[in-house]
Amino acid sequence: MRAVDDVSFTVEPEETLGVVGESGCGKSTLARLILRLIEPDAGSVTFLGEDLGGASRRRLKRLRRDMQLVFQDPHASLNPRMTIDDAVAFSLIVHGTAGREARARAGRLLERVGLDPRLYGRRYPHELSGGQRQRVNIARALVLDPRLLVLDEPVSALDKSVQAQVLNLLQDLKAERALTYVFISHDLNVIEYVAERVLVMYLGHVVETGSADALALAPRHPYTQALFASAPSMDPSRRLVEPPITGDPPSPIDPPSGCRFRTRCAHAMPRCAGAVPPLIPLAADHHVACYLYDEGHRSG
Amino acid sequence: MAVGVARADVELVTGAPMSYWRTVAWRLRRDPVTVGAGVLLLLIVLSAVLAPVLAPHDPTAGSIRLRLAPIGAPDHPLGTDEQGRDMLSRLLHGGRLTLLAGLTPVLVAFVVGTVMGVGAGYAGGLPSTLIMRTMDIFYAFPAVLLAIAISGSLGPGLWNTLISLSVVFVPRVVRVAESATVQVKSLEFVAAARASGAGVWPIMRHHLLPNVLGPVLVFASTQVSLSIILAAGLSFLGLGVTPPDAEWGLMLNTLRGSIYVNAWVPALPGVAIFLASMTFNLLSDGLRDAMEVRV
Amino acid sequence: MWVYVARRFLLAVPTLLGASVIVFAMAHLAPGDPIAAVMPADASQAEIEAVKRAYGFDAPLPVQYVRWLGRVAQGDLGRSIATRRPVIDDVRDALTNSLILAVASSVLAFGLGFALGLVAAFRQGRAADKVASAVAIVGVSVPHYWAGIILIIVFSVQLNWLPAMGAAIDGGLLDYLRHMALPTVALALIPLGVITRVVRSAALDILAQDFVLALRAKGLGRRTIFAHVVKNAAPQILTVVGLQFGFQLGGSVLVEAVFSWPGTGYLLNLAIFQRDIPVLQGVILVLAAFFVVLNLAVDVFQSLVDPRIVRH
Repeated sequence: MRAVDDVSFTVEPEETLGVVGESGCGKSTLARLILRLIEPDAGSVTFLGEDLGGASRRRLKRLRRDMQLVFQDPHASLNPRMTIDDAVAFSLIVHGTAGREARARAGRLLERVGLDPRLYGRRYPHELSGGQRQRVNIARALVLDPRLLVLDEPVSALDKSVQAQVLNLLQDLKAERALTYVFISHDLNVIEYVAERVLVMYLGHVVETGSADALALAPRHPYTQALFASAPSMDPSRRLVEPPITGDPPSPIDPPSGCRFRTRCAHAMPRCAGAVPPLIPLAADHHVACYLYDEGHRSG
Repeated sequence: MAVGVARADVELVTGAPMSYWRTVAWRLRRDPVTVGAGVLLLLIVLSAVLAPVLAPHDPTAGSIRLRLAPIGAPDHPLGTDEQGRDMLSRLLHGGRLTLLAGLTPVLVAFVVGTVMGVGAGYAGGLPSTLIMRTMDIFYAFPAVLLAIAISGSLGPGLWNTLISLSVVFVPRVVRVAESATVQVKSLEFVAAARASGAGVWPIMRHHLLPNVLGPVLVFASTQVSLSIILAAGLSFLGLGVTPPDAEWGLMLNTLRGSIYVNAWVPALPGVAIFLASMTFNLLSDGLRDAMEVRV
Repeated sequence: MWVYVARRFLLAVPTLLGASVIVFAMAHLAPGDPIAAVMPADASQAEIEAVKRAYGFDAPLPVQYVRWLGRVAQGDLGRSIATRRPVIDDVRDALTNSLILAVASSVLAFGLGFALGLVAAFRQGRAADKVASAVAIVGVSVPHYWAGIILIIVFSVQLNWLPAMGAAIDGGLLDYLRHMALPTVALALIPLGVITRVVRSAALDILAQDFVLALRAKGLGRRTIFAHVVKNAAPQILTVVGLQFGFQLGGSVLVEAVFSWPGTGYLLNLAIFQRDIPVLQGVILVLAAFFVVLNLAVDVFQSLVDPRIVRH
């Protein structure tokens, strides 16, 4: 099974790249590939000009300081047997900082994310709410002063009101520390809120990429269009009678040949079953992987 | 930007939060059955440890004149055995060997099994397969059979009993430890630790072991009663402790023929085994409930 | 799914082979010369050597192993050193007796354990639960050989209702059953305790699940819920029953020793003391093979019944 198949992209410094798609599209695998938590069968990950594949163990350990991951599940992402301040300080200690200094820095970071270290430092994860745990995750990710933060569905498990708080926190931190985010989510509203550029994935492939504004205004790929149309709206005039997308997602173990979306696409053509459509440029910063936009097949 | 502290958490300000093990201990204290079993076990262990002090007579000295005195006989509150030796003294001394033979293999299995199981679980791949398949082969034998077969081959004696029972229990602990390690390894905080650049040993020490030791400890505690029964059982068959040493299983064996003369004295060593076994079971139940682990 | 079954089968083969190596090695771990032990004291060295050669004990160990394995595969477990009879005959007779005891004991343990466990689960927290749980924990803690002795004391010595020894193979069915009664009960105690606890625990888990609440909300009667609990707990329970059956087959050694029941345990005991290596190897190998097959059957059955088992 190929969770991530032929995916290529670059991330600019200090931007937020949103990666959006449904469950099973390979987003989480992508996150782990970027951080080299799993090895790709082919291809490379280059960070600040350096190929991670060729890095020695020690070099990788050094590089790990610069890119960190914030996980989705606030429950399983913290060691139930470790206190909060130990959990945050752990990364520092692993990299050689002395215990007391590490705790002090952990405390300052906890304070920055909104948790008073005197109140929460010695607590255990099960004593914190979901939102609080996610703040701990963010603190833990930031304690090493990374340049890149990969966030895998960081707010999906939280209540809406808490989501807003955490997202605002993330935006503030990004500005303060000149961070670069790769923000993965299945929630379009969230992506629209945080991302400058967006990558849309379906079953391991990238189907569309472009600036967030361009995609929101005029999504081109049938899947992207369906995604945006599916987002429930509070505006009665925008409500749909019929779902824009039908059928079940195909099994990732045995995907359709060619364009993987063709089995659910209203515009499918015979050509779609052949080769996988490449990313066709529509504008400077807008690419679509769909034969509808190939010259000679414009369908408006 | 405001630093938000939830108002609802005010009640947490008082009192220090309890660490996990303190919580477990606190829960244990609150269950009357567990506390009762703990007290009883303490008494049993103390009586065994202090046997030389507490025993009124020499456990190996007896006179045929006094053989099979009933319970409540003068100077022999629990009667005498078939060679006229005082039962109380023999029971007290016998406890030392039975408990030793019962507890040690489980302790050995706990240490060795955890090391092997966690190692196999973390390493995965070929080393794991090798270890686990080897354990499967030993697991193919029912515990009793394996113990008897090994003891039967090595011969009687306390050491051989310890060895054979350790071999019986190690594969079981390895299985539990490996399974727990694999589960914990897949949790996200381990991936987070790796993403921070932590090496194998820090991850093992801070993340894997603290979360794996709980289930393994609970499992090991459930095996103690079986170990005691098996250890005494081996002596009962003549494969464990040898005469004239006192040991509860051996005593059961030698007294067996005497049930037609005096029914209840021969039953006493079994009562001791039963009590020891039961207290361990009650304690391990309590421990499991306190740790909220499903084994 | 059949792939899983086939895989499981294949996995059993190296396990069996490994077990056979262990069985073979064990017999040769024994200190002391097995032949010299059974020969008359004044036998000359030459005579001992001759007997050794006749039994093939003079060849190097790996060769002995392969030869032994080859014979075993053809059903030849050798001859007893003590009685000169073919081992396979004695093992077959003994196994039959042990199986009868194990089956009877399993039926008792399972029947009673199942009932007690369900009572405890459905009446959780109340008196019935406490009683059933107490019975279970007593069952699990009792040394079965001691229980056998107590049973003999009560029913044979004091009340004289049931016989204490032997199996009365030549007597009638009733006589056989009378002889079987006490050892069956003694052997059933520990499995009874284990099964009661497992049934109780499994049933409680299922009763706590949300869809039972949904069933209740739909107004379905106790019978339906009961049937539902049984159906869902079945795989887990049957696995334990299978394992306990293995315990009873292997663990019958101690009970057979108490009651002089002529089963595999009795044979094993005898072989150990007579240092009768072919018999020792034969009994252990047959029992181990039985257990491997039993485990295999339990695994396959579980994968058939429980659709959630992930089959790689």
